[in-house]
Amino acid sequence: MNMMTEAAVEKALDQRMNDLSYKMIGKDVSVYYGEKRALFDVNLNVRQNTVTALIGPSGCGKSTFLRTLNRMNDTIDNCRVTGRITLDGDDIYDPSIDVVELRARVGMVFQKPNPFPKSIYENISYGPRIHGLARSKADMDQIVEASLQRAGLWNEVKDRLQESGTGLSGGQQQRLCIARAIAVSPEVILMDEPCSALDPIATAKVEELIHELRSNYTIVIVTHSMQQAARVSQRTAMFHLGQLVEENDTDKMFTNPDDQRTQDYIMGRFG
Amino acid sequence: MTTSTLLLITAAIAMIGYLAGSRRALSLSGGRSSSMHSRPGYYGSFVAIWSALPAALLLGVWLVAAPAIINSSIRSEFPAEVKAQSQASQGLSFGMIEGIARGMRALSAEEAAQAERNPADLRNLMGARGVAIAGDPEAYMIKAANDLNTMNARSNLLRNIAVLLVAVGGAALAYRLIAPRFRARNRVESVILASLVVASSIAILTTVGIIASMLTEATHFFARVPAHEFFFGTVWDPRFAAAGATASEGQFGLIPLLLGTLYIGFVAMLFAVPIGLFAAIYMSEYASQRVRSITKPLLEVLAGIPTIVYGFFALTTVGPFLRDISSQIHGLATGDYSNFIQAQSVLTAGFVMGIMLIPYVSSLSDDIITAVPRALRDGSLGLGATRSETIKRVVLPAALPGIVGAILMTASRAIGETMIVVLAAGVAARIQLNPFEPMTTVTVKIVSQLTGDLEFTSPQTLVAFALGITLFIITLCLNIYALYIVRKYREQYE
Repeated sequence: MNMMTEAAVEKALDQRMNDLSYKMIGKDVSVYYGEKRALFDVNLNVRQNTVTALIGPSGCGKSTFLRTLNRMNDTIDNCRVTGRITLDGDDIYDPSIDVVELRARVGMVFQKPNPFPKSIYENISYGPRIHGLARSKADMDQIVEASLQRAGLWNEVKDRLQESGTGLSGGQQQRLCIARAIAVSPEVILMDEPCSALDPIATAKVEELIHELRSNYTIVIVTHSMQQAARVSQRTAMFHLGQLVEENDTDKMFTNPDDQRTQDYIMGRFG
Repeated sequence: MTTSTLLLITAAIAMIGYLAGSRRALSLSGGRSSSMHSRPGYYGSFVAIWSALPAALLLGVWLVAAPAIINSSIRSEFPAEVKAQSQASQGLSFGMIEGIARGMRALSAEEAAQAERNPADLRNLMGARGVAIAGDPEAYMIKAANDLNTMNARSNLLRNIAVLLVAVGGAALAYRLIAPRFRARNRVESVILASLVVASSIAILTTVGIIASMLTEATHFFARVPAHEFFFGTVWDPRFAAAGATASEGQFGLIPLLLGTLYIGFVAMLFAVPIGLFAAIYMSEYASQRVRSITKPLLEVLAGIPTIVYGFFALTTVGPFLRDISSQIHGLATGDYSNFIQAQSVLTAGFVMGIMLIPYVSSLSDDIITAVPRALRDGSLGLGATRSETIKRVVLPAALPGIVGAILMTASRAIGETMIVVLAAGVAARIQLNPFEPMTTVTVKIVSQLTGDLEFTSPQTLVAFALGITLFIITLCLNIYALYIVRKYREQYE
């Protein structure tokens, strides 16, 4: 084996490290809505402390895949998921897994900012309260402040925590939703086009936030914007017609993709 | 020619006008529809409207005005001694003349001549033809009846000619107006707009009319009975037996009736709100599409049952059941099998009314809960909340103003509900708090004050209008407040 170059050894080691650091593993994941099949045997792994972007044209199944990761598809009446998805090695569709506990570990931020029509404080404290994470009022105050700090919203709202969350601007609302998700200390955060309803400045702030969150959380983000995927993610997966076309390092994906369809999509030839 | 024949002919003219108008428009366009301002159908409709609408208006005016004019001209011919009588007896005489006139038309020519010679025979002659006359006719009546017949015949002939002329004339005029640049579409649209405005103003005017009539009668009542005795009186004793006798005015205290209304309404809401709300939550949050499609219409069937049916359900089933079960309970507890729940009681009426109100609460709340954006539910579920936590902490608080509005609307129904309480609540107007005893409501008293053989001048009957307007104002305020809350709630998501 001395014929192996040093670079190759390094690459192999990297590979091994990566295998160990897969946070979630999706194997042969298929999703059906009634008779209609929306996902076809997708094999996609999510790495620890990495931002993974899911791209592809509308209706390609990227949001559907995202929602299988914390079983949000369960809330849709006639939806059926096959295949195997693990979180730290545990099958999340196993009957022994409590979906409530799963969603506390795999949080979600939605396309449209959806703060509850409650105060900013109550928006953040909602999750910790239902999971009993705070023992006292002081504990809760601390969680609320820390979550808002992490979401970069603390300085903007610290004087009006009792005002309604729906009164914030769109970008602030979305960061509030991210803070709300952080408050329950998830391990993975799923984001479904979190910036599609925001203006460029608010988008920049959210992207910056995603960048910072990466050190503590594993993030999967669905986006329609190539630039956004390029800016925030380290890994990118391209979906088309319910199939995973290609999954690769973001740099490689945007400069030299393996698949012609990825090339075409990134160049704007379809989608 | 009768009025309906006339209407049919006018409609036929309008129909012909429509066909002719569209055809003319089509031929003017020369096959290129773009050369005309409007599509051919609009030109046809324009002609039809111009022939039918003025003719119908004229006919309507004629039908109202002609009898009035004829009536007054006949009355002006009455002999002096008849004119000296009261308006009411003059009206009776005119009624008889109309009867005779109807009879004269049924008689043959020689019989009519015979009757004119001998008025005394007339009654028998007409009786033989099946026309009954109230009394023995006087001589002037026969002449007047003949006049009436001639005038009516003349009026009808004139009317028919005028209406047909207007119909044909209108059609011809409109037909001539058809030209490529003529904006038929706009004209037709404005007629449609006008008819819609008329339809909606009829609804509003009717409401105004109802309020006005209640108000006038109520002021008559308050002229007899001081307002403070009505609104703050605690005794309801209208003294029906002595109605009309000057010495006994009776006592008209609103308080016992109002308390009964509110108490029974409260008991009804106690049953309806929790059950209706839970049903709505199940329907909107838990039920699968299939279950929902079956159960929701079933629940709404309850809303379609006439309240009188609920009333005798209360009277024949629920009331006796509660009475019997109370006597059993009492007997088991004390050995004395006497019932402590009356068959007619606040509880019976409230319970049955509650059942009636369930579909209102559930249907309104269901709509409101369903209107809470899915994003909010997803947000909560995505944080690891269970379904019931999501409902309790996110969906219901968001929907609360709307649900309160729905409950207020239901409460105003409970307050205005009549048939159930008439049959199940009893008629005893008293102030007490025991739900097992009968009480009575405002609506029950309105019914009992207005049924039977009454004159509309005594306070005993006029009080019904005062009660009615009070009830109306209460439910109106409730509804306005409910609408205000619901509207405020809508703004949150739009």
